[in-house]
Amino acid sequence: MLTLTSVSKNFGGLSVLQDVNLAIPDQGIFGLIGPNGAGKTTVFNLITGLLTPSDGAIEFFGERLDGLPPHQITRRGVARTFQNIRLFKEMTTLDNVLVAMRDPSRYGNFVALLPWTGYRSTEQRERETARGLLSRVGLADKSNLPAGTLSYGEQRRVEIARALATRPKLLLLDEPAAGMNVAEKRELMSEIVKLAESGLNIMIIEHDMRFIMELCRDIVVLNFGQIIARGSSEEIRGNPRVIEAYLGSDNRSDSRPKS
Amino acid sequence: MEWLDNFWATYSTLVLSVGTNVLLALSIYLTLACGLLTVANAAFMGIGAYAATLLTLNTGVPFPCAILGGALLPALVALAIGRPTLRLSGVYLAMATLAFGEVVRVVILNAETLTGGALGLNGIPQLTAWYDVALAVGVTLYVLLRLAHSRVGRTMTAISQDELATELMGLNVGAYKLFSFALGAALAGLAGGLNAHFTFFISPNEYGFERGVEILAMGVLGGSGSPWGALIGAVLITLLPELLRGLGHYRPLLNGIILIVIILYSPKGIWDILQSAPRRARPTVAS
Amino acid sequence: MLAQQFINAISLGGVYALFAFGFTLVFGVLNVINLAHGAVFMIGAYAALHAVVQLRLPLLGGIFVAMLVTGVAGWILDKWIFTPLRARRAPHLAPMIATIGVAISLTSTIEGYFGTQNQRFPAELLPAETLSLADVQITWLELRIILLSLALMGVLLWGLKRSAVGRALRALSESAKAAALVGVNVEGLFRLTSVIGAMLGGVAGVLIALYSNAVFPQMGQPMLHKGIAIVILGGMGDIRGALLGAFFLAFAEVFSVAYIGSTMRDAVSFGLLFTILLVRPQGLFGHAAQRRV
Repeated sequence: MLTLTSVSKNFGGLSVLQDVNLAIPDQGIFGLIGPNGAGKTTVFNLITGLLTPSDGAIEFFGERLDGLPPHQITRRGVARTFQNIRLFKEMTTLDNVLVAMRDPSRYGNFVALLPWTGYRSTEQRERETARGLLSRVGLADKSNLPAGTLSYGEQRRVEIARALATRPKLLLLDEPAAGMNVAEKRELMSEIVKLAESGLNIMIIEHDMRFIMELCRDIVVLNFGQIIARGSSEEIRGNPRVIEAYLGSDNRSDSRPKS
Repeated sequence: MEWLDNFWATYSTLVLSVGTNVLLALSIYLTLACGLLTVANAAFMGIGAYAATLLTLNTGVPFPCAILGGALLPALVALAIGRPTLRLSGVYLAMATLAFGEVVRVVILNAETLTGGALGLNGIPQLTAWYDVALAVGVTLYVLLRLAHSRVGRTMTAISQDELATELMGLNVGAYKLFSFALGAALAGLAGGLNAHFTFFISPNEYGFERGVEILAMGVLGGSGSPWGALIGAVLITLLPELLRGLGHYRPLLNGIILIVIILYSPKGIWDILQSAPRRARPTVAS
Repeated sequence: MLAQQFINAISLGGVYALFAFGFTLVFGVLNVINLAHGAVFMIGAYAALHAVVQLRLPLLGGIFVAMLVTGVAGWILDKWIFTPLRARRAPHLAPMIATIGVAISLTSTIEGYFGTQNQRFPAELLPAETLSLADVQITWLELRIILLSLALMGVLLWGLKRSAVGRALRALSESAKAAALVGVNVEGLFRLTSVIGAMLGGVAGVLIALYSNAVFPQMGQPMLHKGIAIVILGGMGDIRGALLGAFFLAFAEVFSVAYIGSTMRDAVSFGLLFTILLVRPQGLFGHAAQRRV
């Protein structure tokens, strides 16, 4: 489904990713972990087109993604959430989701200017769909509140609803569980499982090891811009290189250091 | 009806000016709604004014065509410089558009054979009637209000708050910015063409810094929240110097003070004051 | 002839450098684009002119008065506009728009008070003697302008590099928060920077007024545009870039006037500005802003 071939990214003299090779099959929840600064968000940025690779290629269902502008990559079916939540804080929750909906209707955007074009009904339908997405994440009752007034955990959920509004085939979640309590994480996990069951591919960056281990069958570990391990949660847990990478550099991991 | 005739005899220019200023305020509202601070609209107004005037003076085209020509040319210029210019953000965009305005002024100044240079163009036929301005304002207001309440408006608000996130929602941010920039230019040009045909005379200085500041003041006063704000801003800024007797001469000073006061005390413009008056909220910072 | 133009360019460049220095200093430290800098420049010229004419001060006294008046203007600007906006964390564009308001208010007031015509320094005060070095005629005035601007620049550069205040300013321009944490008097230094920046603008105003023997309300506008072009060319906030950019622009102007014609002189700076913004917005020495996600 998604392939990264020999992808590297340099910023001036700083090499953030070196020769990353990754092939992710269709159907599943995929985990991307590594200590801070390993380059995980950079991988997301490269996939979504915010950055272009210094070297290598990225393919999505056979189509080249690298070099395309971000909005076209999203239209091809790749959606994401952000490490620091980037909601439109002064717009309502509903509007946040609505912005992302691109109804592939017959009408162009500017037909909205002409009366009697049935734009009202299209708008109605979109609002219904948006409300539906919000109720999936349990926030339909907060539709008309400014997004900035919601709690941190709620804002994360709105971000997910917004990403879903773009009708993606691949959803990239950048630290979705950050700032959530245990109950919220449980809910999020079951929501993610449901999404995956409906056919959506999901790729998650997370620091919460338990979260990743429970959700993902296939995990890749990144350190200093290179892949150091890939496998199931059991394989990763016992991998000495992985443990070494985390020891002393990331306090948030739950993995136990070997004595 | 004699009262009306007398009123019109004295105040026609003022009323028509309110109309063209509303168009100008709407033109900058459109760009502000997208989060773009451009001060090029005075220059676009100038391009429109000269284009329309040259059409009326030198060719036989009917008045509406000249006015439309005056709206079209600035839009084309905006499209031409838009792509590279709109990549700049914030202050750089403001400065680039400031520089652009000066380039336009210098070009007009130097193209003497065509534009009359520093002496400007004289004897422009007084073709603008109140219904021309009313029509232009009415149509523009209608279009912009519908736009504001549609998906386009929502997208522009999103762009003004977070361009990157909007782009990642699958929306071609560059195209939206270009659209608002070009349409804003067309509106400014429309205002310029109409304005030229009820003032006898135009010159490059009409469309320089002072005009740019006036337009900016209208936009800032009105706020980027709604086209109605732009309307109120335009009406206030046009009429205020007249109401305070004899201060017409100090119009630029007044505009400057308004800019300072609004930025300091109500950055979202007067609309914000009107809306939040019951709540007595502290002025919130514009995004 | 070439050498003559060279001298002209040097003296013009020196004054441009002072103006740009003030402009970029305020941007570098306060992170504000002060579009009232041109108006302050103009105020400096008027202040010096009237000090010389009405208080019968010598030229140097006039310059001193200009620095005083514009320094006060810079102080007021920071106290009543920049500080409140800082306190409320207004977006970057807010102070810039406010300075546009200040600029036009000042210009309009001066215009209303003194009229739009050109005023001149009394001829007796302008030293007319010329020096001849090789083929080149240089007036005492030009020489003094060059010396004064170089001296001022030297003092400021030395100050920035070696003095404690200069060090604090450099720290501030990198990070106000970090500077506060190490005990730097952030607010006080912001105010000082605004004052110094304005003074530099004022001195530049007097010098240009002497150089071209013209004082009029609109003189700040073209200078502001040149200042913007210089600072963008050299990289916003970069002092060295501003100085180099100033001389570059001065040379470009002087030589294009000499060989192309004076009407296009202003077009040179705008053309340059526009091109730079489109091609390399961070200027010759600036750093490209990284996108943060």
